[in-house]
Amino acid sequence: MAFLEIDSLRKRFGSLEILKGIDLTLDKGGFLVLVGPSGCGKSTLLNTIAGLETISSGEIRIDGDVINDLHPSKRDIAMVFQSYALYPNMTVAQNMAFGMEMRGVPKQERDKAVAEVAKTLQIEHLLKRRPSQLSGGQRQRVAMGRALVRQPRVFLFDEPLSNLDAKLRVDMRVEIKRLHSQTGTTIVYVTHDQIEAMTLATRIAVLKDGELQQVGSPYEVYNSPANLFVADFMGSPSMNLIEAKIARTNGAASIVLERPGAEPIVMPAPVSADATKLRDGGAVIFGIRPEAVSDPESADRNSKHIATFPCRVDLVEPAGSDTFVVTTIAGKEVTARMRADADVRPGQNVSFAFNLDKAVLFDPASTQRI
Amino acid sequence: MTAAADLITATPRRERARHSLTTRVVIYGLLIFFAFVYLIPLVVMVMTSLKPLDEVTGGNMFALPHELTFAPWIDAWGKARIGVSETTGIAGYFWNSIKMVVPAVIISTLLGALNGYVLTKWRFPGHKLVFGMMLFACFIPFQSVIIPMAVILGWFGQFGNTLSDLTGFSFGFGNPTVNLVFVHTVYGLGFTTLFFRNYYEAFPTELVKAAQIDGASFFQIFRRILLPNSAPIIIVTVIYQFTNIWNDFLFGSTFAAGDSSPMTVALNNIVNTSTGIVEYNVNMAAAIIAAAPTLFVYIVGGRYFVRGLMAGAVKG
Repeated sequence: MAFLEIDSLRKRFGSLEILKGIDLTLDKGGFLVLVGPSGCGKSTLLNTIAGLETISSGEIRIDGDVINDLHPSKRDIAMVFQSYALYPNMTVAQNMAFGMEMRGVPKQERDKAVAEVAKTLQIEHLLKRRPSQLSGGQRQRVAMGRALVRQPRVFLFDEPLSNLDAKLRVDMRVEIKRLHSQTGTTIVYVTHDQIEAMTLATRIAVLKDGELQQVGSPYEVYNSPANLFVADFMGSPSMNLIEAKIARTNGAASIVLERPGAEPIVMPAPVSADATKLRDGGAVIFGIRPEAVSDPESADRNSKHIATFPCRVDLVEPAGSDTFVVTTIAGKEVTARMRADADVRPGQNVSFAFNLDKAVLFDPASTQRI
Repeated sequence: MTAAADLITATPRRERARHSLTTRVVIYGLLIFFAFVYLIPLVVMVMTSLKPLDEVTGGNMFALPHELTFAPWIDAWGKARIGVSETTGIAGYFWNSIKMVVPAVIISTLLGALNGYVLTKWRFPGHKLVFGMMLFACFIPFQSVIIPMAVILGWFGQFGNTLSDLTGFSFGFGNPTVNLVFVHTVYGLGFTTLFFRNYYEAFPTELVKAAQIDGASFFQIFRRILLPNSAPIIIVTVIYQFTNIWNDFLFGSTFAAGDSSPMTVALNNIVNTSTGIVEYNVNMAAAIIAAAPTLFVYIVGGRYFVRGLMAGAVKG
């Protein structure tokens, strides 16, 4: 039995359904990231776990206990808010101890717990300050400290890094990851940043319009996206999605990518696709990540299926560590990631190596992966 | 170094040059003129209150006192004739006003804060209608509530009588000062609710949520989180309520009579006396005493008043 279980959870505001039957589980010590575009219901889902929003139907259980109708303070959870929500009239120490104070924990114990957590987070020197005297990163630490000090069963993070500048965000991301591996706490984390989701999660849940699109490990979600939405949403730069046709010859299916004014690209169907579902002449969407399209020299040597074709270069974007090269296939811009010092110029015809081990196919009608 | 210094000083210099000498003369001239116009009555009052009566009636209103005397102030405070027969001065009425204003301000401010808290952070179906009706209360003229209010206060009086028959103590029901506190609290509630609702509208709801998760109850959140962070709006409300209630004449003269009248009614009775000589110097001293508390509150809290109003305007 999983530690946190959510069963067919629904949330309606009047006639508007925000969450349309969510089923999720998370093991003890897991790190679940809810990710999706704004308005997908991820924050609402987190708030229902916290008890800040009521649910219309369904069930939420922590460690087997049904917590649907419990007051937020009785659920044994702690939450870190986007705005940190530190009480401006209290010092850092008072902020951290407030929850325990409300629960009637004696002052001595409170002080001890605060001191311990302050030491782990290296905020001991800030304990007497007020939130207005702290920098953004320090506030973030204090907000985490306030959550940690109570040792709750589940931690909830609501976009905790989105108010920080880019560099600090990366630092705090590492910090949260370290904290999770040190303390082994169970975390549910909401973000719209798919890089945060990839780096932090042990389990990712992708939401769109109140429906779960896919739940799985970061590897699964990234490499085997369940549908076009997940494929497009996860990864930066995003996956190349190209319209293609199936051609069956002698029982073997191959993918045909039309190119106006050039030979069509024909390559064997990716191994990930269910070959029985590929009809001759059927339309599919061919999905391949930019890092799986490269110059032949830096193509993955362990890959079993690499197809190489010459393509015309439209645009070159040097990014320092890599060079992104854009070409047009079947009317779509296709981005390839080549090595940093690849000598390519716009207008040239260059060999592009497609790593078919990493390619996926989607049904254009249902948008599901084949 | 010099280039940097130039850069720093360049802007203010250009700023100053924009206003020519004539413009500045006109601006300051007008300001001084209007300050003068507004201050003249006060100056005349103060000067008159420090002159003996024959100097007031015989001399120039704007002349400085020849014989400086504080007797009119002492008379006004302790000996002036109020109404027809009593010669008690305004001291007692001054305390009547204090006894009315302090509880009325505290109660209406606290209730306004509580209303604002509920209307923004614990919204219930129909909260907009309730707030709309509260707002409506701000636009009801004093005069139109007098008769219904008199009826209600009449009931309170009867209830007080019943209580004292039963227990020997009326618990304040029917007491004129308590009545006035009640009237002013009810009348002020619309305004205080408006102030606090607008302030709390901009108050981060996440703080309330965090406190809920921390296990704080409805009133604990109010007392520990909201109130300590409401200083600007509390000051605005207190100043507003204090001036309004202190300066009120209509309710005071309608619902409290004789010894329990507030300051404003007593002042009227001194000034409007129809027997004996009109003691202008005493009247002026009494008027200044009557205005002193509001003046004091403005001087102490005025800075915050403007700041608070601005804060509300920008955030709300």
